[in-house]
Amino acid sequence: MAIVSPPRQPNTPTLIEFDVRTDEMLVNMGPQHPSTHGVLRLLLATDGEVIREVTPHLGYLHRCAEKIGENVTPIQFIPYTDRMDYLSAMNMNLGYSLAVEKLCSLKVPQKADVIRVIIAELNRIASHLVGMGTYGLDLGTFSPFLYAFREREMILDLFEAACGARLTYSYLTIGGPHDDLPLGWVGQCRTFLNYFKKRVPEYHALLTTNHIFISRTAGVGVLPKQVALSHACSGPVLRGSLDRRAGDPEWDLRKLEPYCGYETYSFQVAQPPFDDEHFGIPYRKPNEAVIGDCWHRFFVRMIEVVQSIAIIEQALGRYEKLQDEFLAAREKHLAEQAKRSPEERKKAEVAYNELLKTRLGHRVEPPRHLPAGEAYLETECPRGAMGFYVVGRADKPVVPLRVRAKSSSFLNLSVIREIARGCLIADIPAIIGSLDIVMGEIDR
Amino acid sequence: MSNSPPALPLLPTVEILHQLRERCGEAVLSVHPEALDPFAIVRPSALPEVMAFLRNEPDLAFDLLHNISGVDYLEPDPKKAAKAGFEPHLEVVYHLQSFQHRHRITIKVILPRWKDDQVGQLPEAPTVSHLFGSADWHEREVFDLLGVNFVGHPDLRRILLSEDWVGHPLRKDYEYPLEYHGIRGR
Amino acid sequence: MSWLDSRSEENVLTTTLDQAINWARESSLWPMTFGLACCAIEMMATGASRYDLDRFGAGAFRATPRQADLMIVAGTVNFKMASRVRRLYNQMPDPKFVIAMGACTCGGGPYYKYGYNVVKGVDLVVPVDVYVPGCPPRPEALLEGLMRIQDKIRAMRQFTPNTPVTPPIPARTGWTLLPPDLSDPDPRRALEKQMAFAKRTKEEAVPAKP
Repeated sequence: MAIVSPPRQPNTPTLIEFDVRTDEMLVNMGPQHPSTHGVLRLLLATDGEVIREVTPHLGYLHRCAEKIGENVTPIQFIPYTDRMDYLSAMNMNLGYSLAVEKLCSLKVPQKADVIRVIIAELNRIASHLVGMGTYGLDLGTFSPFLYAFREREMILDLFEAACGARLTYSYLTIGGPHDDLPLGWVGQCRTFLNYFKKRVPEYHALLTTNHIFISRTAGVGVLPKQVALSHACSGPVLRGSLDRRAGDPEWDLRKLEPYCGYETYSFQVAQPPFDDEHFGIPYRKPNEAVIGDCWHRFFVRMIEVVQSIAIIEQALGRYEKLQDEFLAAREKHLAEQAKRSPEERKKAEVAYNELLKTRLGHRVEPPRHLPAGEAYLETECPRGAMGFYVVGRADKPVVPLRVRAKSSSFLNLSVIREIARGCLIADIPAIIGSLDIVMGEIDR
Repeated sequence: MSNSPPALPLLPTVEILHQLRERCGEAVLSVHPEALDPFAIVRPSALPEVMAFLRNEPDLAFDLLHNISGVDYLEPDPKKAAKAGFEPHLEVVYHLQSFQHRHRITIKVILPRWKDDQVGQLPEAPTVSHLFGSADWHEREVFDLLGVNFVGHPDLRRILLSEDWVGHPLRKDYEYPLEYHGIRGR
Repeated sequence: MSWLDSRSEENVLTTTLDQAINWARESSLWPMTFGLACCAIEMMATGASRYDLDRFGAGAFRATPRQADLMIVAGTVNFKMASRVRRLYNQMPDPKFVIAMGACTCGGGPYYKYGYNVVKGVDLVVPVDVYVPGCPPRPEALLEGLMRIQDKIRAMRQFTPNTPVTPPIPARTGWTLLPPDLSDPDPRRALEKQMAFAKRTKEEAVPAKP
């Protein structure tokens, strides 16, 4: 009969006394297992129920994306970036487009940036909903999954109205979004946000403050800050291990190296500690939770959802102003073109196109050939910092020399060998779920 | 409310590159501050010392190794090879960032495509996995896909492809397999 | 049932029993969670609240192949993963059905040309009953695929296994009517027409200038 000393304190080893000898087992959490994070194989070397060593095996979804990148044009590669992190496909499209635009030194119109921010933040909400729903599913609760997918279907309806697809969009292309947002989309988005804001406390009640959830995630899988930095983790995995009060910077690429005009939006970065009024929400960390454990990583995502709602509302206001300006300018241009002489017409057309290219258009046409040189750009995707490294060739062909996608989940997963030592087998789904990995991004 | 703009990086990258060149001397072959991502080319054998210097120096403090990429510079079509603008070689590119100071830098290492020009012998580069934990899996991936042998790596085996895969697919002269264990490949 | 094999013909008793057994089978298809890639998310969405898979009786996703009778291969199959797909298929008890969901499982999908590590269609690994194209297919498309499996089950005969059967007309969509230059009552001539059409279109296709 095993005696386990309760409660389990973090940082002190679990005391388990046996009066039977336990053997070392090699448990294979094979590439197909009900945890919905994809095809990951974990070899667990355990001593009874306590884990001694975890060895992840990857590559069961390796789809040769980087080889494809050397053989297709940048615009043709955008659907392949969709399929890397398929839960936040818009952010992947955005990251790759920004890297190619950095290489080509291409400036996009202001309206395109605003649309990009709206769409990327909506996808962040959708991705965190799936991450949170499936996390509940791993730990055994089915309701958060259904509620999360109910909200996610509304976001997918918005995306379907904008670009026609539900999961793999290829919408945010090089030079701006593929097409302008349809009429009435802003109103639908606002309706959704107002509905969703009221639903967030439901998720907190189901998961964050649920004592079963807390006892399964608080104090489990503590990731020390030095390990996280050494493994170059990013996103909620890193932020869950940093401490605002201890002087750690707010490590969010939207604040550190802003792109698409993020420096002009006001939002907070979700970073522990969560025991004060800083974020203006009524939920506090439970007593058993330590900075760096699964609960903190999960709560970072919950706060990010609320911050994304704030960003989208600001961006929707800006989009409406720009769109009104655009429609008025187009009306005026078409009305006056009819009355002008041919040379004046050409000049007015050039001026109107200039206006569209810098401010009111939704897209600029990217150049046919990539210049020589290389560009590396990281963007803040829901899972972490996704980096794209694009190398162009000097003799002007249409395909790049190399496209490298550095995935945040790849590095986030590599810490599991450090943090899963000494925990129980049942803690492994909790830890993997809190890392929120997507195998499409890891294996590319 | 944290709306204040983030602190600017402590040192501009050009200065970092010059400091690197002064302190490390002949280990740094060349610096390129005018590129979009300023980079320095480092001698392969001196790579661990340069990386250790970049990480431990308090003003630089590059402790985040975000990315290791391998790039195969080869034009497989001999008719276009003359206009390609580069000699056939392999590059391993390291992208670093400092957590404290937030500046970034890129380090490149230039390797021959085959060691001693013997086809089949993988080129060698020293490992930095003892300095950065993220280098562990990234170096395994570069070995897997491009065939760079990282000397001193604790566990250099294939990570993305099957253990019995033959060849390194991201090389430009890679031939696609016709079949694998009875399943047709083309 | 072996003593019935050669002795019985179709009569009222066997057809009614067949219908009853097939109705039970098609209304409680238990899928195995085999989500590999992006199509897995659409499969999850099909099982979620809006497109409910449970109303077809197929909501109980079993993690183990031993208790499942439907394998929805959702996502790209690799050379590394192919042996595991085959092994899981072998572990499923009879009668078992396979839906190939998504373009990657139907024929390699977008990774057809340059994917060195991608199996060009999961039917190279397991026998497939229904192909659901799309990248990813909409949940409605997956539900249509499930209903085609149900149609296929309705054509199964337990008690008279060697009698020829015609597969039933798909219950909700009917047969697709092909245009006259692609169809023919005689199946051999129909096939010849279709192959001639494919050859003609391939010859006439001019690749776009890069």
